[in-house]
Amino acid sequence: MTAQRTPPSASHGVRPRPGDPTITPALVAEHGLTMDEYGRLERMLERTPTFTELGIISALWSEHCSYKHSRPVLKTLPTQAPWVLQGPGENAGVISIGDGLAIAFKIESHNHPSAVEPYQGAATGVGGILRDVFTMGARPIAMLNSLRFGSLETPRVRYLVAGVVKGIGDYGNCVGIPTVAGDVMFDPAYEGNPLVNAMCVGLLREEELIRAKAEGVGNSIIAVGARTGRDGIHGASFASEDLSEENEAKRPRVQVGDPFTEKLLLEASLELIRSGHIVAIQDMGAAGLTSSSAEMAERGDVGVTIDTTKVPVRETGMTPYEILLSESQERMLVVATRGHEAEVQAILAKWDLVAEVIGEVIAEPVYRVTEGDRIVAEFPGTRLVTDCPQYHPEARESEEAIARRTRDVAAIAPKGEEADPAWTLERLLQSPTIASKHWIHRQYDSTVRTGTVSGPGAGDAAVIRIRGTTKAIAVKTDCNGRYVYLDPRVGGRIAVAEAARNVACTGATPRAITNCLNFGNPKKPEVFFQFREAVYGMGDACRALETPVTGGNVSLYNENPQGAVYPTPTIGMVGVLDDAAHATRMTFTTPGDAIVLLGENTDELGGSEYLSWVHGVVAGAPPHCDLDRERALIGTILEAIRAGQVRSAHDCSEGGLAVAIAESCMGDRARPTGARLDLTAWGALPLRALLFGEAQGRIVVSTAHAEAVLAIAQRHGVPARVIGQVTAADQGLTIAAAQGRCTSTIDRLATAYHEAIPRAMARAAAETVTETAGGTR
Amino acid sequence: MKVGVVTFPGSNCDEDALLAIREHVHLEAVPLWHKDHDLQGVDVVILPGGFSYGDYLRAGAIARFAPIMQEIAAHAKRGGPVIGICNGFQIACEAGLLPGGLLRNDHLQFRSMPVTLRVESTATVFTREASAGALLTMPIAHGDGRYSADAATLDRLEGEGQVVFRYVDATGHPTSAANPNGSLRNIAGVSNASGTVVGLMPHPERALDPLLGSTDGLVLFRSLLALTKA
Repeated sequence: MTAQRTPPSASHGVRPRPGDPTITPALVAEHGLTMDEYGRLERMLERTPTFTELGIISALWSEHCSYKHSRPVLKTLPTQAPWVLQGPGENAGVISIGDGLAIAFKIESHNHPSAVEPYQGAATGVGGILRDVFTMGARPIAMLNSLRFGSLETPRVRYLVAGVVKGIGDYGNCVGIPTVAGDVMFDPAYEGNPLVNAMCVGLLREEELIRAKAEGVGNSIIAVGARTGRDGIHGASFASEDLSEENEAKRPRVQVGDPFTEKLLLEASLELIRSGHIVAIQDMGAAGLTSSSAEMAERGDVGVTIDTTKVPVRETGMTPYEILLSESQERMLVVATRGHEAEVQAILAKWDLVAEVIGEVIAEPVYRVTEGDRIVAEFPGTRLVTDCPQYHPEARESEEAIARRTRDVAAIAPKGEEADPAWTLERLLQSPTIASKHWIHRQYDSTVRTGTVSGPGAGDAAVIRIRGTTKAIAVKTDCNGRYVYLDPRVGGRIAVAEAARNVACTGATPRAITNCLNFGNPKKPEVFFQFREAVYGMGDACRALETPVTGGNVSLYNENPQGAVYPTPTIGMVGVLDDAAHATRMTFTTPGDAIVLLGENTDELGGSEYLSWVHGVVAGAPPHCDLDRERALIGTILEAIRAGQVRSAHDCSEGGLAVAIAESCMGDRARPTGARLDLTAWGALPLRALLFGEAQGRIVVSTAHAEAVLAIAQRHGVPARVIGQVTAADQGLTIAAAQGRCTSTIDRLATAYHEAIPRAMARAAAETVTETAGGTR
Repeated sequence: MKVGVVTFPGSNCDEDALLAIREHVHLEAVPLWHKDHDLQGVDVVILPGGFSYGDYLRAGAIARFAPIMQEIAAHAKRGGPVIGICNGFQIACEAGLLPGGLLRNDHLQFRSMPVTLRVESTATVFTREASAGALLTMPIAHGDGRYSADAATLDRLEGEGQVVFRYVDATGHPTSAANPNGSLRNIAGVSNASGTVVGLMPHPERALDPLLGSTDGLVLFRSLLALTKA
């Protein structure tokens, strides 16, 4: 080690920086630390912290970075399988798909920023998750989004939808990553607290996998990409508190995205990783330079020293505190092999980006920040991130949830109009949660990279081929928060099972998940109960379906004075098709084909879209979820697809069997078909439960070889029955049941389904929304 | 025959174009770098899609000043074939290689969807293998695709066969419903006077593989092959 590179030693001492505020209880509270947590910090340092140190710890110990309320529960999730190359704890999870290839994927929330500034909030959410994936050495090949909004009937929600969709589109379209799938639901529970979860999927060669682990004493720490400004300071802490009207004043905490710089950074980073000049790379995401440097040091079990005067800045007079906590976008932290700094800089220069050496990996177990010669922060040890407080909050189910779950929903009288089930069906098809999301999808480039075999809305999941092989992957996000609210354990299971079923309906074997856990304030016992039980439910399903968790993100405090969002553990599922040619879509193709129902109809209406949308009731137990049956069902559909016996496959979810059939008829508006169904076999069920109940474990299949499909189902022990026939579109949809009849023209159904959201959003264009995040002024 | 694909900062369809030429047209394809002055001896230049320089200022307005554009202008002047796809079409217009320009879509939103095109002219190096009036399906994905020019220019282009593609409905009619962005006279693609430079907003390189739903883009590149035989 050369003498001039020796960093200032601890004996120089840390002194308060002239001009920095004095530490007071009020300042501590403003940083979101409790006095207990502050006491822990003082004990760690054995002295009063500096302002800079207080800022660092407020970010690292924020819920967003520390998982201080969630970690013990998260540890119960299964994370292992032979194909998992990287589980939780890295920038993204990685699974092998064979042929020396691997998939890196992760989902992350950008809820709070999107609530106050939908366009930039959503755009920077996309940017952040892209960086998490390409810092693993993977080239992003697909984006997904899971969005939750309040009722589309309110101008504020239409404003949020328009802004979020444009933000996602403008960012992903510019970087050139196809946005191929996702899920969007609307419910008043998300009023004021929209959920914006973005998922990115990338492809890499197994040997190119790189981890964000600082290694090698003497190696250089390099800041790469955009310059650091004052934007987004304390974004991580902002995401760790409830939303209130005051948050409107925190709009400056929302960062501003630049997808053009991101694209350059993507190319430069992949070139850098392949060059062999670097040992680690990490996105400067939440809590920016602070968390990226502290996390890389901790993973490598090494010390680091950083000089804030070396960090390229875009404005003058920035303090170390500001530089450390800035969340300026499109920045990376890189650890380069000593002596290779110039090569790193040359690669960045090729892409017109800056790279400056700002620090060094050191043997001394310390996290040190200097401002030139002055030490402004110094923490002992290398476990700054995990040595955070851990909480085991009280958990107790809310009385309201119990009351709602146990309500007898069968006693809710049908409306007069429901005498004609076609009225109910049309009405459900107009529900924004069920209706076609084409208005959204057409704003996302879904075909760039020429890999999209099955894009948004075409199948139950998107299918992306893997070049140079016969393979493809299928990806999907899912979560019905209403089920989770009514019964968190069952709801958690269903979220995973439905995502797996969707992926399987395209012909892909479900392989692994990432999750984004959106909940309210964990200090409230009823919220922590939801969290714990939902995670246990997810764990049940992940074990049963052999889809381990490879990572994810926890977003708590999704609540405002009106209350918390539905507990929404969004699942991002990845599956693999050995043969891309097996990719199966959801729409019927050929009149004359038999329609087979795999699975069983039941008398379950609880938690249904029917009750919510038609009756305004959120109640009843969510449908039963039998994981052994789900597993057998997935085995059946995969075998039938691979045997070439399946022309279309679509699972039954919101809106039940009748909606699934209607979507299979006219989901592709350019190529509609009709269908004639006979459900008299279920004469014992109430008609509305049969048509609109959301029993789990059901798939609607169209096939030219019904006998073969039935035989496969029988081998797997899955109930299966021919329930009708695909017809020409002009024959309409006819469902005969013992209890009544449902007939409609395809045109009417298609109009209801395809025009609901465009009609609502056409109103948004004419509206000027000036309300605040709280929803009222 | 050798095809060059230019990478500007922000190009994102450059790799798609290279792979398309290699895998589906079976020609040699090389990347060209925006900072270079070297066309590496290519016979054909593709200006690919993307967001060159972030489309800041105006789509294509900065890219036209890239060093390599001087060589491409000279190549075009010599009669060398150039095709601009999406952002490449915008760049070609900004650089004066093609008439007219592309403005923000009339509805102000990005549009990603398959469209139907009618071949209006077979007198270009990229459509000589197509039949006049043939309908082709391929994706669009753009926010600034509204083709515009003054009425006199449009009349001249129509008269001299420089309108190469038009947005039409499934039955081949250029209706306003079939126009995804408000392009004047439903124009989706144009050529220079000699038919050697063609620009279009839709993406033929995304319509070459049956697995992806359409192979209608092939005819543009097959027309190039005819050039080698000629």
